[in-house]
Amino acid sequence: MAYAAGVDVGSTQTKAIVVDEEGNIAGRALLPTGANVVQAAQHAFEEALSAGDVHEEDVGFVIGTGYGRYRVEFGDAQITEIVCHSRGAAHMFPETETVLDMGGQDTKAIRIRKGGDVIDFCMNDKCAAGTGRFLQSAAAALEMELSELGPAALRGQRPVKISTTCTVFAESEVLSWLARGKKMEDILLGVHRSISTRSIALLRRVGIEGEITFTGGVTKNDAMVAVLDEMLGTSLNVSDDSHYIGALGAALLALERMRGARVTADTGEVVA
Amino acid sequence: MNFFAGIDVGSTYTKAIVLDESGAIAGRGIQATGFKLDAAAEATLAVALDETGASRDDVRYIASTGYGRNQVSFRDVQATDLTAQSWGTRHLFPNTSTVLDVGGQTMKAIRLDESGAVRSFRLNDKCAAGTGAFLEKTARYLGYPIREIGPLVEFAKDPVPISGVCAVFAESEVINHVSNGAQPADIMHGAMESLVERSVRLMKRVQMEPEFTLVGGIMRFPTMVRIMGEQLGEEVNVPPEDMVQFTGAIGAAILARKRLEKLAA
Repeated sequence: MAYAAGVDVGSTQTKAIVVDEEGNIAGRALLPTGANVVQAAQHAFEEALSAGDVHEEDVGFVIGTGYGRYRVEFGDAQITEIVCHSRGAAHMFPETETVLDMGGQDTKAIRIRKGGDVIDFCMNDKCAAGTGRFLQSAAAALEMELSELGPAALRGQRPVKISTTCTVFAESEVLSWLARGKKMEDILLGVHRSISTRSIALLRRVGIEGEITFTGGVTKNDAMVAVLDEMLGTSLNVSDDSHYIGALGAALLALERMRGARVTADTGEVVA
Repeated sequence: MNFFAGIDVGSTYTKAIVLDESGAIAGRGIQATGFKLDAAAEATLAVALDETGASRDDVRYIASTGYGRNQVSFRDVQATDLTAQSWGTRHLFPNTSTVLDVGGQTMKAIRLDESGAVRSFRLNDKCAAGTGAFLEKTARYLGYPIREIGPLVEFAKDPVPISGVCAVFAESEVINHVSNGAQPADIMHGAMESLVERSVRLMKRVQMEPEFTLVGGIMRFPTMVRIMGEQLGEEVNVPPEDMVQFTGAIGAAILARKRLEKLAA
């Protein structure tokens, strides 16, 4: 049996996916990226192999993606996360025409054709507002774990209006609301709404069409999904594997390369 | 004896100045603002009064300024940051035409006319990349406390560029530079240069003219002032180190004194 793999090296987490010839997920792994990016990529790949009981020599092609894709030293090629998220989202949810990828340090809105070719995208490359980082600032201010934020925010009743845009100032705004007697749950609900507002603005810039698939690490946060659903007035596509979608897309593209197809680097279109 | 007080409640620090009857500075205090703004103002004024030797009852008039000025319950009058800064800087440097005030969470450029009135101003309070928080964050990523920024950056030999678009993104940049072997001093110097570039852009938007007066906590760092001078191509005025954070409070105290004189007349 032949396999292909994708390794998505994000600013916060590194994800690896191994797929079989049919494109089914054989193994997956997730590790914090940390300071040693090369090692994180290597370890995630090895863990995904052992999780799927796959031997490295059976993997025909490996694609690196994410901000650290050029540090995937064992990779056969690199493809941007825009293309990989689109391909992965289209595979998992075939009706996808819009992708929202929310990661540790950036948020991307992508418009795609059904099947996964990229039409247009935009991202926050100048400012960390509206990214997972905003949640990290709030968690730091409240001395909570990232995983506790969502459940707490879901208990919020009256969201506090967060006025700061900047992630750095968010920390002191959160503390000042606490000092003024606001409930932690209401503040957190406000934080989620603030991030959601920024993301929706990004989505509007590429145009919202068809089904929206939510990808990236923040998909693990139920409150974020609920708030986005409410503010967008629709239901986002999310699965347990949503944070693996970039790595999955990379693995699927690797599979296509293995079969001899060429993939254009900027849109992901497959040229037979 | 009559005294007058100005209290500048900033986002990071609260500053108080007490003037005596002649208008000379008799006492001052500075404390972290925290989240109880009224209490911070009261405590800071107490520190300034201690230095003066005057009692609270000797204070005839109190003006508040800064972002928390509305929260100072015991104020007699309040003034905007812009008005207070223009009075304070003109008191120290009478020919000031353009003021740059870099605080912990704000950056302001103020253009004054010949009489000292505010002609135009621009401010950044939306983004930490243009404020003291940017240097604080950079120092933290490097593992240095803020008070060591000054001595550290003096050792810069070969500054590395820091893009300065976002204080959060700067973290990855700093980590990359460190892992490529860059020296902390050179990285810190690069961060200062990027902050200065943003400052100069803001100053251009108020049609800056010399003389330039630079105020705010980060102007305590001689390297910061030197880079500002280089990029402006002009001499710059900077209050003495122990006064550089107090210009807003001085301006407010001057306004308090003038106000009472006017009321008495």
